[in-house]
Amino acid sequence: MSEYIENDPQGISVGLVEKRFFTFAEPPHGMVLECGTRLGPITLAYETYGTFKGNNAVLILHALSGDSHAAGYYSPEDPKPGWWDMMVGPGKGIDTDKYFVICPNILGSCMGSTGPSSIIPKGDRAYGLDFPVVTIGDMVMAQKKLLDYLGINKLLSVIGGSIGGMQVLEWAVRYPEMITSAIPLATTTKHSALAIAFNEVARQSIMADPNWNGGDYYSGAKPSLGLAVARMIGHITYLSDESMRLKFGRRLQDKNDFSYNFDADFQVESYLRYQGTKFVERFDANSFLYITKAADYFDLGLQHGDGSTVRAFSKTRAKFLVVSFTSDWLYPTYQSKAIVRALKKNGIDVSFCEIEAEWGHDAFLLPSERLTALIKGFLDRVYREI
Amino acid sequence: MSIVKFENNGIRFDLQLIASWIEPGSKVLDLGCGDGNLLNFLKKQKQVEGTGIEKEEEKVAGCIAKGLSVLQGDINTEVLDFPDKAFDYVILSQTLQQVFEPDQLIHSILRIGHNGIVSFPNFSHWQVRLQLLTKGYAPVTPQLPYQWYDTPNIRVITIKDFERFSKQVGFKIIKSAAINTQDEDKRGKLITYLPNLRATYGIFQIRQ
Repeated sequence: MSEYIENDPQGISVGLVEKRFFTFAEPPHGMVLECGTRLGPITLAYETYGTFKGNNAVLILHALSGDSHAAGYYSPEDPKPGWWDMMVGPGKGIDTDKYFVICPNILGSCMGSTGPSSIIPKGDRAYGLDFPVVTIGDMVMAQKKLLDYLGINKLLSVIGGSIGGMQVLEWAVRYPEMITSAIPLATTTKHSALAIAFNEVARQSIMADPNWNGGDYYSGAKPSLGLAVARMIGHITYLSDESMRLKFGRRLQDKNDFSYNFDADFQVESYLRYQGTKFVERFDANSFLYITKAADYFDLGLQHGDGSTVRAFSKTRAKFLVVSFTSDWLYPTYQSKAIVRALKKNGIDVSFCEIEAEWGHDAFLLPSERLTALIKGFLDRVYREI
Repeated sequence: MSIVKFENNGIRFDLQLIASWIEPGSKVLDLGCGDGNLLNFLKKQKQVEGTGIEKEEEKVAGCIAKGLSVLQGDINTEVLDFPDKAFDYVILSQTLQQVFEPDQLIHSILRIGHNGIVSFPNFSHWQVRLQLLTKGYAPVTPQLPYQWYDTPNIRVITIKDFERFSKQVGFKIIKSAAINTQDEDKRGKLITYLPNLRATYGIFQIRQ
């Protein structure tokens, strides 16, 4: 998602922020995961913005490659702000003058929270594949521990897109008494076969890299090629036919004619290679495997409603704002509408808007006056109505 | 009583009349809520718990940004997902003439709501009749401002038609009003004498 991050054109920002860490689930108890394994200790990296006033806490949940750095800058020299800076800040869609914002890095990630690249307790090596397979439910359970530690027992809203949106849905049914409202963006209650298929190809690409070495690569060369290709595949699914046509078309990269070899001739090839290479610098290949698996396993209806999404949502009383984007073919509108339908059947207050956008799944990360106005208006209302 | 006065609170006369029928604090669904004027009015003046359904993204986004609860979608299919008697009132304001299967929609309205409130432009208003009689063209009036080739109105309904329709389809008319409106429908009055001839709109409260 980092490729979209821009400094606010008006220079409005939450300012300097700090990444914090919370460690819990010390052995021998640890935290029991959905797969049955005990994991501990667990550290979550997180950031907070704004002032907590008891009823104004908003939890932001990030997607696959995101982190706790949703907004602001780490230092005055920091060239780029957090990944959702255009949405989170003073007077913005999620107004840090009004709300207390918390953004944790997910369990299994590599951006400060415990994951496969963390060192095994009392060991001298990273977990690698000894890290247990975590689920969206495990991520949310860990986030609950963080909120307990912060003394927050009621959330004004839980907001997130894509895999972050899955966590939003999980929060709404796992801890219904804590949630006043929920904003799942460009997400689904369960991956389609198409989404699982793309994730599987991406995982195979990592595992086919000889450097991957069964997940044990932290002391040597990393599976950079495999991870880069995995990211390239992901990127294609985040865009759309139209956005790629507008952004690249068949234009060539720094040349007037074909090279008649296998260099990157087309701009789209060059772009994907660049995104792949850049991703390798900041992301761990095993974390990619674990998080995509967690997303593939996620099935809200199966896990919370004996196979029925309607029954799963019977536990929530939150007010919902569901948003989809017209050109998102990874989490198409019909999947958001299924969420809306299940909520309606439970008599839950739900708003839904399908935003016309050409940028595919990634649209939720791009500046959009419409999305900003929707989130701002919805949050204003739920804050007024508590 | 033939003249009803409402405070000038910026919404159309017919919507003010509908609002006057709604019990404070009730649950309301507005089908085809547009810019959300009625819902906003009901929320502020009657403290209702309101939901709207609207097709156009821009209007939906405007409503949600205003703090209304609105679903983007087609009214004919969106009504299918609500539980039985989920609302005290389901409002279909000036839309019945655009509905492909009116009996199906009315059936759904009365399934999900204790009451339906349905309004439509009255096609038997004397101006409509006179235009057709004297000019021989499809009538164009302030309430039916479209030419035959660009109208969203696929049906012509009169107040008498709706009364007969209630017997044929099998629902009860609890309350009705015939109104005549002026000034782009901002002002108006109730019509009790020869309503089918003199009223520009018919408004009905219906039950199963």
